[in-house]
Amino acid sequence: MKEPKQLSVSAIESGTVIDHIPAKTLFKVISILGLDHIDSQITFGTNLESKKLGRKAIIKISGKFFEDNDINRIALVAPEAKLNIIKDYEVVEKKVVEVPDAIVGIAKCMNPKCITNYEKVTTRFKVVSKKNVALKCHYCEKITNQENLQII
Amino acid sequence: MKNRSLVSIDDFTSDEVLKILDLAAEFEKNPVSRLLEGKVIATLFFEPSTRTRLSFESAINRLGGKIVGFSDAGATSLAKGESLHDTIKMVSSYSDLIVMRHPIEGSARYASEIASVPVINAGDGANQHPTQTMLDLYSIRKTQGTLNNLNVFMVGDLKYGRTVHSLMMAMSRWNTTFNFISPEELKMPEEFKIYLENLGLKYYEHLDFTDIISRADIIYMTRVQRERFSDPIEYEKVKNVYVLKNSMLANTKPNMRILHPLPRVNEIHTDVDSNPKAYYFEQALNGVYTRQAILCSLLGIK
Repeated sequence: MKEPKQLSVSAIESGTVIDHIPAKTLFKVISILGLDHIDSQITFGTNLESKKLGRKAIIKISGKFFEDNDINRIALVAPEAKLNIIKDYEVVEKKVVEVPDAIVGIAKCMNPKCITNYEKVTTRFKVVSKKNVALKCHYCEKITNQENLQII
Repeated sequence: MKNRSLVSIDDFTSDEVLKILDLAAEFEKNPVSRLLEGKVIATLFFEPSTRTRLSFESAINRLGGKIVGFSDAGATSLAKGESLHDTIKMVSSYSDLIVMRHPIEGSARYASEIASVPVINAGDGANQHPTQTMLDLYSIRKTQGTLNNLNVFMVGDLKYGRTVHSLMMAMSRWNTTFNFISPEELKMPEEFKIYLENLGLKYYEHLDFTDIISRADIIYMTRVQRERFSDPIEYEKVKNVYVLKNSMLANTKPNMRILHPLPRVNEIHTDVDSNPKAYYFEQALNGVYTRQAILCSLLGIK
C-alpha cells in the first residue's frame, strides 16, 4: 500500500503568517485584507483543530508585510489573531492585533434608520470602547455594540 | 466658520457657539438688512416641519436672500427614486447654502460630505437638530445673562426627546446642574448620564417636580406622548404629573424662565402664558435671529 502523499502547507521563506483566525471568519479576513486581489503566493488552511477557538484557520502570505493600521482592521472578526513575521524561514517578530480607533467600511450600523442602511455609503465608526467593542456611527451617532455587530 | 457645515452642535467649539450667539444678538437689534442679497439658499424639507421651515425662510427673507426648495418630498424627483446623493449634488450647484430636514438619521452628515456648499441640518430623524439647540442656548443666555453655573430642569419625555439630549450635551460645557423630571418609562438614557458623570457634573432624577421647582433657573418642558408608553394605564397615571400650571410657579426664582421647543399640547397650562416667566413664544422668535446668525457665519458674511 502506498504512503499517502504529504500535502502540508509548507513554511514560507519570507512574509506573514496569520494564525488563530476563527474558521468561520477566514473569508472575511481574506476580504478585509484584500488578499483576493494581490499577486503574492498565499496558502491557507481552515477547520484546523484549536484548543482555544475550536476550529481555526491560518493564512500564510509570501513576501507580504502589513502595516499595523491595515492588519488591525481584522480585529473585529479575528480578535485573537496572532501574526508571525517571517524572514529567512525564521520568525523575526510576533504581533497581536488590536482594535483600532476607527473602523471604516467593515461593520454595519445597527440603527435601521441610519442613512448607511439606505444609501450606498461607506460606514465609518469611532471606537468608543475596545474591550467590549462599541462603535459610534459617524453618521447617525448611534452606538453599535459587540452583540449586535455585523460585518459587511 | 466660513464654508463649514452645521450638522451637530458638537461641530462647533464653545467659542464658536458664543460668537454665533453674539451675532444673533446683533440681529435681534437690527433684524432687517441686505446681507444675503444675491445669495440663493436651498431649503430641502424631505419631511414637513412648518415651524422650522418658516423660521428659516423668515430669517433668509429678512436678510434679502432668495429661497429655492420644497416642503414636501412627495412632489420631488425623490418620488421617482432619486438618491439623496444625487439630489444634494444637483442642489449644490443651484445654491450657496443648503438647509435640510430629512427623516433618516445621519442624512445631514452624509449630505455635508457630498455638497460643495455648507449644509445646515434642520433635523435628521431622531438624531440632531442643532439650530434648535442654538436658539435654546440663545434664549437661556438672554434670560439669565450667562450660560455658566445654571440649574436646568428638564421635564417630560427625556428618553426620546432629541432636543433635550442636544441641549443637555451643549449645556454640559458651562458647568450646568441638571434636574431630570420624567416618568419611569421616559427617563434620561444611561449613556447621557454616564457622559455627565465623566464630566463630573451633578444631575438629579425625580418623578415629580412640585417640591423642587424653587431651585430652577430654567424649566425646559417637553411633551409626554401617549404613543411612547407600552402600557396605556401607565400613561393615564402620569399624564397630569408633568403638566405645568401657573399655581406651581408661586415660589420660583425671579430669574426663572420656562422654555418649550413647541408645539405645546397640554403640558403647559394656558394659564401660564400670561406669567412673565413664560418664555416659549419669545424663544421661538429667537430662532429667527439665531438662524440669521448661523447663515451669515457659514457663508462668511459676518
